[in-house]
Amino acid sequence: MTAMETAAPAKKGLGERVGTFTNRHASVLPTFAAIAILILLLVGAELYFGNFLTPRNMSALLLDNAYLMILAVGMTFVIVTAGIDLSVGSVMAFTGIFGASLLSSGVPAVITIPVMLVSGALIGLLIGVLVQHFNVQPFIASLAGLFLGRGLAFVVSLSSIRVEDPVVLWLQSTRIRIGDWYITPTGILALLAVAVGAVVMHKTRFGRTVYAVGGSEQSARLMGLKVPRTKVMVYVISGLCGGLAGLVLTAYSGAGYPRNGIGTELDVIAIVVIGGTLLTGGRGYVLGSMIGVFVYGTIKTIISFMGAEQSWTHIIVGLLLLLFIVVQRAIVARSERGS
Amino acid sequence: MRLVKHRLFWPAAALVTLLIVNVVANPNFARITVRDGQLYGALIDILRQSAPLMLVALGMTLVIATRGIDLSVGAVMAVSGAVALTIIDSPSSNPNSLGTVLIAIVVAVLVALVLGAWNGFLVSVLGIQPIIATLVLMLAGRGAALLITDGFITTVNSDPLSFIASGYLLILPFAFFVWLAFVIIVGVIERRTALGMLTEAVGINPEASRLAGVRSRGIIWTAYIASGTLAGIAGVIYAANIKAADANAAGYLIELYAILAVVLGGTSLMGGKFSIAGTVIGVLTVQALDSTILFLGVPPAQSPVFFAVVVILVVLVQSPRVHRWGRSVGARFRHSDGEADAPSSPERQKEVAR
Amino acid sequence: MDEARPLVELTGTTVRFGATVALDHVDFRMFPGEVHSLMGENGAGKSTLIKALTGALTPDAGTLILDGEARAFHGPHDAQEAGISTVYQEIDLLPNLSIAENILLGREPRRLGMIDGRAMRERARVILHDLGLDLDPAAPLGTHSLAVQQLVAIARAISRDLKVLVLDEPTSSLDLDEVAELFRVIRDLKERGVAILFVSHFLDQVYEICDRITVLRDGALVGEYLTTELLRIDLVQKMLGREASFFKARERVEEAIGSEVAFLSARDLSSGAGIVGANVDVAEGEVLGLAGLLGSGRTELARALTGVDRPDAGIIRIEGEAHALDTPRQALSLGVVYSSENRRSEGLVGDMSIAENIALALQAQRGALRPLSATKVRELATSWVEALDIRPADVDVPVRNLSGGNQQKVMLARLLAISPRFIVLDEPTRGIDVGAKVEIQNLVGEMADNGLSVVFISAELEEVLRVGDRVAILRDGHIVETVASADVDVDSLMALVARPDLPEA
Repeated sequence: MTAMETAAPAKKGLGERVGTFTNRHASVLPTFAAIAILILLLVGAELYFGNFLTPRNMSALLLDNAYLMILAVGMTFVIVTAGIDLSVGSVMAFTGIFGASLLSSGVPAVITIPVMLVSGALIGLLIGVLVQHFNVQPFIASLAGLFLGRGLAFVVSLSSIRVEDPVVLWLQSTRIRIGDWYITPTGILALLAVAVGAVVMHKTRFGRTVYAVGGSEQSARLMGLKVPRTKVMVYVISGLCGGLAGLVLTAYSGAGYPRNGIGTELDVIAIVVIGGTLLTGGRGYVLGSMIGVFVYGTIKTIISFMGAEQSWTHIIVGLLLLLFIVVQRAIVARSERGS
Repeated sequence: MRLVKHRLFWPAAALVTLLIVNVVANPNFARITVRDGQLYGALIDILRQSAPLMLVALGMTLVIATRGIDLSVGAVMAVSGAVALTIIDSPSSNPNSLGTVLIAIVVAVLVALVLGAWNGFLVSVLGIQPIIATLVLMLAGRGAALLITDGFITTVNSDPLSFIASGYLLILPFAFFVWLAFVIIVGVIERRTALGMLTEAVGINPEASRLAGVRSRGIIWTAYIASGTLAGIAGVIYAANIKAADANAAGYLIELYAILAVVLGGTSLMGGKFSIAGTVIGVLTVQALDSTILFLGVPPAQSPVFFAVVVILVVLVQSPRVHRWGRSVGARFRHSDGEADAPSSPERQKEVAR
Repeated sequence: MDEARPLVELTGTTVRFGATVALDHVDFRMFPGEVHSLMGENGAGKSTLIKALTGALTPDAGTLILDGEARAFHGPHDAQEAGISTVYQEIDLLPNLSIAENILLGREPRRLGMIDGRAMRERARVILHDLGLDLDPAAPLGTHSLAVQQLVAIARAISRDLKVLVLDEPTSSLDLDEVAELFRVIRDLKERGVAILFVSHFLDQVYEICDRITVLRDGALVGEYLTTELLRIDLVQKMLGREASFFKARERVEEAIGSEVAFLSARDLSSGAGIVGANVDVAEGEVLGLAGLLGSGRTELARALTGVDRPDAGIIRIEGEAHALDTPRQALSLGVVYSSENRRSEGLVGDMSIAENIALALQAQRGALRPLSATKVRELATSWVEALDIRPADVDVPVRNLSGGNQQKVMLARLLAISPRFIVLDEPTRGIDVGAKVEIQNLVGEMADNGLSVVFISAELEEVLRVGDRVAILRDGHIVETVASADVDVDSLMALVARPDLPEA
């Protein structure tokens, strides 16, 4: 009897086990598609250029896109609730130039850095309150945030401000080497943001409420979950990530610049969608968004390797986005028919 | 009292107030000088400079009426400007020949029309959310424009092209006549045919419209095509103004200003009833606000802060919660005047979620 | 039964929406360990009473006593905390999350502030096992059938202290085996002393599972009965009621009509599970009444006949010629029109004026490029406003400001303006006052006299009988019989509508 029971699962065979897996984790499939595309890109580039998959290149892939990764983490929270945040690029520019200006007027980094993070979170709070308590569509509310952040950035300074602060520069200049691989504190911050984001999303009641709100706001409310607080919080998190990205980008470029991140919100939205997050909410992974950043970064690197126009990046990302949207539309249509 | 009730009263009042504030703050604002039989001044500049935004906002009005949104207009402007200037700039053509410029404009606008049709296809046939569907082109469009210009800012010296943006017809700028013509054309098409009414029906109640036999797919598609085409013309005017195709700067944030102008003009983002006259007022308000900010000596780069405040004020005024506050404050006010207390909408309070 | 104390008792419950009274001093009670059914047609006040019981709305008057204690709920969450849970027809769960999360979300076991996934799945497994269900708690809910989702919703409800469980139309999309499984779970809960409110329009199921029945009609309580003491025919009579009205008699088309002379004839028409294998023939100038209880397939048949829903199978012939009626637009071009029962969501374009609403279908048919002039629209609208006595007579008033009866007339005017040949009226008299009701009934007669073929749907059998020349009786998605109105009276029609498929009781 026992023998039979233990034998039974083995008999299931690979096909069936893949079946149970996909059944349990159907929502991971788009992320797998992103991973497949990433591998395809990396392998293809290596075969074509011969010197693409070097530790140096791969390390740079993380470091050059650290700010995008941080923004993508925040955006994932927002999009999983079926919202959208257009303000991230300009919030990043504002906190970056604001921080640079504070530092240049002699404010120490220990105060400047928290101020940057808090000011990003405050713009997020404004958006969240408009969305939740005044019934403003996320698109419009975050549009106000976009205007506000960009304008404030120029209010702080019309031109770039160099950063001399040793603490902030340390974030970028320190290279922790493992063989030929290296990572800077900014890269660690980005990975940390991904890790914290993933744990919060999957292991905390707040994170599960984020998914619940995206699945069905009304059901979440009927279940007694704290919907209003959660909806405000995701925008605060996105704003906070905007502040952190401002710090990282300032460290990376050694200066604050009010024109930073123009159009970045679109890149980030595209990255999150390519990473497998459904724009209609309820499904998505912070880790998937990280993959999305790598896909984006790889395309960019390949294009610069080829010596082609960087504008190809946006065209290819746009096409990938289209592909994913159409696939998602098909998935949603199928699940609608299923229920 | 009837005047106050008219739905264009508040948008128009906002515009007039803005202009009055300007004149009071700086009488020069209202001064119009005559040079060579042509009018110049801050007000004339507003009429001239509002052309691109006006055209984009016209298209956006139609798209919003169908409950949609078109984020790609800025990118379409960039593409159309790039196409037009590349044709004019090509070695085989003479930039000062009217024929070349006309061909360039026609080709550019046709490309824009195709891009609009593409958006319409995604929304009306594939059923993709408008925000997302138009995001694709918003992202890829600018890249394509950069490719067309080989990544450079293509500059040309073409008299016929410059005339579009800075020339004068009789006493007023030519650009003003361009947007006026399109306001009239769109107005006539929407209101002299049944297109406007059917568009509103689809925007207000898509299912009822379907049951009444309205071809909603075609109507939605038409709105996106119109939006793309008008953005294409706007792109040409923009390029004519700076005498260059700048794929990064052309139409930057214009989708957002256009949405703002449409909302200021009294058309709801929820779709349905739209007002072209309202959009005209909305665009002039946005443009006047922009000029005001410049006039106040604020660097143009900082103007988004003011627009952020305007957007927040507008959405707050429209929000149901503020309406409720307004009503309860109003009721209390009347109550203290000794009048009967207005009943505070019992249905709304009663229906808790479900 | 009187010796036992009711578990929950509502007294004098009154709910008003603006001017209309949705519930008028209704008393309602449930005992522990019983399955109770709430019966009534559309608009009887069932869902309002459920909302009052489950805290989804606060009544204007009345008390609620739960377990001997007076309570007032502010929101569904309050009621859930007090032990009253609801499983709605469109299940209020989260298809994107796992079964375990759907059962335990908000009360999930945690360790060091983090959700303990393993403990949560284990607890969910135990709860499911308790209900006799063997499901993988880690699987996403959305991949399961509606029946399973419903059982998961019940599992969520019993995972805390449950006193009263409300099941709102739980079986409407389940097949027979799934219904049996649900009933097993219901009986199990009953054993544990839970009071279950089972709301369903399937009479067979009500008689199979329920101990007691409360009947509502037009927002008022008709009575509370033991299932064993209430005959089916009496139940239907109590639900539908009979009311006197004033209907102009009109000459009837006497002969039974075969498909040779029918204007429209449908054969083996099926649309989803709603309507199966229906045959319909309507002659020119004839009114065919559709009689059947809520959920019998009345609306599904109407929609399949008029291209609103594309039929899964079947042929529709118009004047002997087969046509594909896949969209409302195609149907309209053949003169086949549908007036929906949902005036607000599928009928009126609320922000538009009376004139624009009346002209809409005609304009849509002409196409955008051949506009009706403003004068023409006004003339058209004014003539219909006069003909149908629509009030106010000002054609520029937005239709959302009109009363129900006048809104219905605007919808009719819109359809009549395109000179249809075949019109389906789905509950045109629901929720409108008696005067307007009589006007619309008379209007149907006039349409038929003018050669129009009419299909008339109403929950009121008397109305169907008086308006219709013949009446088709629907049960569970099938047309079970078509009779001439002259051959039946309200009582015999009621018996036909209520008759169970298996002879019993």
